[in-house]
Amino acid sequence: MDVIIASYNYWIYILLMMIGLYAMLSKNNLVKKIIGMSIFQAAIIVFYVSIGAKRGATIPIIEHGHGHGAAEHAVNVMNYVNPLPHVLMLTAIVVSVSTLGVALAIILGIHRRYGTVEEDEIMEKIQ
Amino acid sequence: MISPEQYPVLIVVIPLLSAFIINVIGWFRKGFSYPLIVLSLIITFYLSVSTLLQVVDGGAISYRLGGWPPPFGIEYVIDHLNALVLVVISFVSLAAAVFSKESVKKELPDRIPQYYTLFILLVTGLLGMTITGDAFNLYVLIEIAALTSYALIAFGRDRALVSSFNYVIMGTVGASFYLLGVGHLYIMTGSLNMGDLLSILPAISGSRAIFVAFLLIIVGIWTKMAFFPLHGWLPNAYTYAPTATGVLVAPLMTKVSVYIMIRLMFSVFSADYVFNTLNVHDIIVWMAVAAIIGGSLLALTQTDFRRMLTYLIVAEVGYMVGGVWLANSAGITGAILHILNDALMTLCLFLVAGIIYHKTRGHHLDDIRGLYRKMPFTMAAFTVGALSMIGVPPTVGFFSKWYLILGAIDAGQWGFMAALIISSLINAVLFFKVIEVGYFEPMHGHHDDGHHEVTIDEAPFSMLAPLYVIAVSLIVVGIYTSSIITNIIAHAVPKGL
Repeated sequence: MDVIIASYNYWIYILLMMIGLYAMLSKNNLVKKIIGMSIFQAAIIVFYVSIGAKRGATIPIIEHGHGHGAAEHAVNVMNYVNPLPHVLMLTAIVVSVSTLGVALAIILGIHRRYGTVEEDEIMEKIQ
Repeated sequence: MISPEQYPVLIVVIPLLSAFIINVIGWFRKGFSYPLIVLSLIITFYLSVSTLLQVVDGGAISYRLGGWPPPFGIEYVIDHLNALVLVVISFVSLAAAVFSKESVKKELPDRIPQYYTLFILLVTGLLGMTITGDAFNLYVLIEIAALTSYALIAFGRDRALVSSFNYVIMGTVGASFYLLGVGHLYIMTGSLNMGDLLSILPAISGSRAIFVAFLLIIVGIWTKMAFFPLHGWLPNAYTYAPTATGVLVAPLMTKVSVYIMIRLMFSVFSADYVFNTLNVHDIIVWMAVAAIIGGSLLALTQTDFRRMLTYLIVAEVGYMVGGVWLANSAGITGAILHILNDALMTLCLFLVAGIIYHKTRGHHLDDIRGLYRKMPFTMAAFTVGALSMIGVPPTVGFFSKWYLILGAIDAGQWGFMAALIISSLINAVLFFKVIEVGYFEPMHGHHDDGHHEVTIDEAPFSMLAPLYVIAVSLIVVGIYTSSIITNIIAHAVPKGL
């Protein structure tokens, strides 16, 4: 039980990832597959964001002259959130949105050509 | 003039900026897209060749983007290995771009500027993947290359859309695994710079998190390179893509992914870790054996020429992965040499398939009937490519296979050696079948008399010229193999193996 509670963020991301993977592999509807893909990518974003987060920590910016000890607060590594994983995820979010866009555009094309977004019906029409 | 110190960043910036220029100018003048893309790729090719020469003269180059020192800023590192891969990418994409003129005009007449914008963005992604020294930057560039190739494949006919969709799913899973692996490395080391990771990782190499990171990264990259059990997306995607896409993507995507695998193995995890600490190379060599045999056998069952080639790509990926994991210098030399050689061979054969499709509207084996009489120049180049694929000296295919077999003997991996020989034999059967159909069987005539004169009807010059440059380079590179190995590849193989 301790293992689960101490690192619950990892369990959450693994759970999300498995949900996404399940949808990608087993759903018949292409749009549902894409939703699964988005959940999969969101799981990784949750993972990155959670490793940078810290309870009760501040932003890593030194504020001059606002209350005594403000500067020391942000200089001590223990007291501020590591911004790097969060910044990386801004890029990853952009990437996942673009992937979603490309995938939806492809689904539109499939729908125009075959008149359906169900995988088995598409396969029937191809044969 | 710009000083040579700035060349590394220009290799990526010039194609990136020309993507914008082609897109904007394309709105007004469609005809400018083709000259612009060829011009920018010529400049890129010049820059990468002179970078290679700089590296050969003075050793590895480190370029700091924005002047930030590593590990804080993004660093470009060019050593012997990726300098060579950069030259391969820019050369192959230049040839593919020159070739694409007529086929894009014919297949996608109303979307020329958009097509070329994506084309050069893909080249940008591949060049960036090769040049970067930062693990997260690599992820972004992998996705740039992947996203553009999804779109480029979706332009195609028949099942292209469905196969592109499958590629989106598989490609995204692969890239996500890679990103997750990088996340594990970041948790353990707090760094994303490859050189920095290499210096930190040995101290914590026993950690299970590092092992998980390695597994995630390698499986992600394998998905991207279509290593055998994960190859399902590749054949359909590459068969139904537009001709110009196939010519660009087929030689480069898998080869650059193999380069990424080598780079991560030796420049992030270190040769000592992947070969000595992990002790998984036997399993992976056997997986490569399965890839080689499986790919070759599946190729044997195909009746479509281009589809057959796509299965051969799967087999060739097995060559390179197996060669690297033989864990000795002959095997790794062979694998790196095969990145260069296989890019050229695959390009040559896909150019031929593209020309055949352009002239006959198909690339089924039936469409090849009698083509030796109708298109003698194309088929002569095809013969060179086929001999190289089989591994006949002095073409390039022989030399990399030679080194791979030497490596297999060194490592005592007889299964891998047998797989290489069997696959060469299967290739011989395959290509002699194509040659037989093309040479001896009569044309698919519309008249039933069978006596009509066959007139030579060759492809346009813009298609034949790159084909001939590549076919000649298959032999020239083969002749200069030993100097390529001593001057470039010998420095890229990790020391002490």
